[in-house]
Amino acid sequence: MRVEIRIGGFGGQGIIRTGLILATASCVYGDKNAIQTASYGPESRGGRCRSEVIISDEDIDFPKVEHPDILVAMSQEAYLGYIDDLKETGILIVDPDLVPNQRKNSKAKIYEVPATRIAEELGKKITANVVMIGALAALTNLFNVEQLKESIRRNIPKAFIELNLSAFEKGYEHGKNLLEAKAS
Amino acid sequence: MAEKGRTVLTGVHFVNGDVACAEGAMAAGCRFFAGYPITPATEIAERMARRMIEFGGIFVQMEDELASMAAIIGASWAGAKSMTATSGPGFSLMQENIGLAIMTETPCVVVDIMRGGPSTGQPTEGAQQDVMQAKWGSHGDYEIIALAPSSVQEMFDLTIECFNLAETYRAPTFLLADGFTGHLWERVVIPRAEEIKTVERKKPSVAPDKYIPFKPDEDLVPPMACFGEGYHVHVTGLTHDERGYPKTVDPKVQYELVKRLCGKIRRNADKIIRTYEFMLEDAEVVVIAYGIPSRASVGAVKRAREAGIKAGLLRLVTVWPFPEKQVEELSNRVKSMVVPEMNCGQVVKEVERVAKETPVHFLPKIGGEPHSPSEIFEVIRRAAKA
Repeated sequence: MRVEIRIGGFGGQGIIRTGLILATASCVYGDKNAIQTASYGPESRGGRCRSEVIISDEDIDFPKVEHPDILVAMSQEAYLGYIDDLKETGILIVDPDLVPNQRKNSKAKIYEVPATRIAEELGKKITANVVMIGALAALTNLFNVEQLKESIRRNIPKAFIELNLSAFEKGYEHGKNLLEAKAS
Repeated sequence: MAEKGRTVLTGVHFVNGDVACAEGAMAAGCRFFAGYPITPATEIAERMARRMIEFGGIFVQMEDELASMAAIIGASWAGAKSMTATSGPGFSLMQENIGLAIMTETPCVVVDIMRGGPSTGQPTEGAQQDVMQAKWGSHGDYEIIALAPSSVQEMFDLTIECFNLAETYRAPTFLLADGFTGHLWERVVIPRAEEIKTVERKKPSVAPDKYIPFKPDEDLVPPMACFGEGYHVHVTGLTHDERGYPKTVDPKVQYELVKRLCGKIRRNADKIIRTYEFMLEDAEVVVIAYGIPSRASVGAVKRAREAGIKAGLLRLVTVWPFPEKQVEELSNRVKSMVVPEMNCGQVVKEVERVAKETPVHFLPKIGGEPHSPSEIFEVIRRAAKA
């Protein structure tokens, strides 16, 4: 099994930390191999930002994502830039408030997670990425929830751990609801 | 992962290659770091700045890379294991003092996280364009040691190895990593301190009045007395005799010195060189790679095997001294060789020199993206048909 995840957005959204949390959960707390690569422009806020995570049962020989199995789009630009790379049968997760213009898409499974809005309701917009992580955990069976929580505790400053854990729960709940809605 | 006061952060971590390199240095005993931040090596300096102070190590942000190189030479002579880290433009500025480190036989480690050049080029993109510069960048005749990591774990392990080789052979030793590996995040397992093998420089076994500072032992390496240890030592970049004093017009002194500076590496090449073999036993087409392209090469070799092509991989962990014996031995029994590099052709020239009649297919990659397994597989397929 080799799963490729690409998360795209802009600087300041915690895109790179999202990758870090996912990968740490898989390879430090879980028994899989994982790697993360990131690319970003010279601006630290507002510029284009991308994080890629590969999770595998085997050694990861090639550390680049070519055709992601999962695409998380947290900006219109990221959506347009990466949608064509997504595997035909892949999973697309978008924040619909940040990606207002979506194409009619083919065979990919599409889930809308208004992560930024949910985070704002919690009081901190900056936790939108962790809402997304919660949704990812619910929408895919790639991650172990406890391992993700451990990883959040390790990768988030102490003062904000509780806030982020509730963001995670909110995202997870939203993801589960989406799955139920699809099933019914 | 920063526990106060610990030099070895035993445990499982998820960090980038630069951070792993810094941790490897501290685990190897590095207690002096001087550098000037530069992408994609900045995280090494950042990590060192934050961590060294926890246990009394020294971090100095210098005014530039010329001074950085000079400072680590001085620190080494004061008895510390020392390191600097940079990328292309800074590596160019260090070349003169790298020569000084070679001439004065100063153990130290220089990390070059290679980015695309020439000049300031592509700061945030990885490349392998400094490999020949590492070998020939300073003037004069010399041999150096350079290791090429291809994973974050190796950024840790090979940095330790660099220190051990520098201490053993009293030579500046290079960690030549591509920017991709420097910025790659992966799991690193840091063993317990007592499980990490570290080497300390040879010290004189004679009394100060009997000590001849540059008189070598059997292995061509002279024992090193540092400043302040009670020995009389004179250190110069000029051609010097065994006592360390300039003798610049005596052909015999220059001949003996340069021959020994080269010889201590060449003669010990078998002990220094490390390669990694993958599916080589019956291989007919062999990929020779180092650094990040060697990972895609593993994938390409597997794919070739599935397609019925007897492919294999020789990964050069040591790039300098060049693993001549290994490549030559292979060239005598394989049909052809494939060399992927993130440059316009550097190590491939060495492969061609050694492989003689065996066809060598070169696969350059410029721009910042590493080769994909399919790109390398295509060349393997063509090489197998030819």
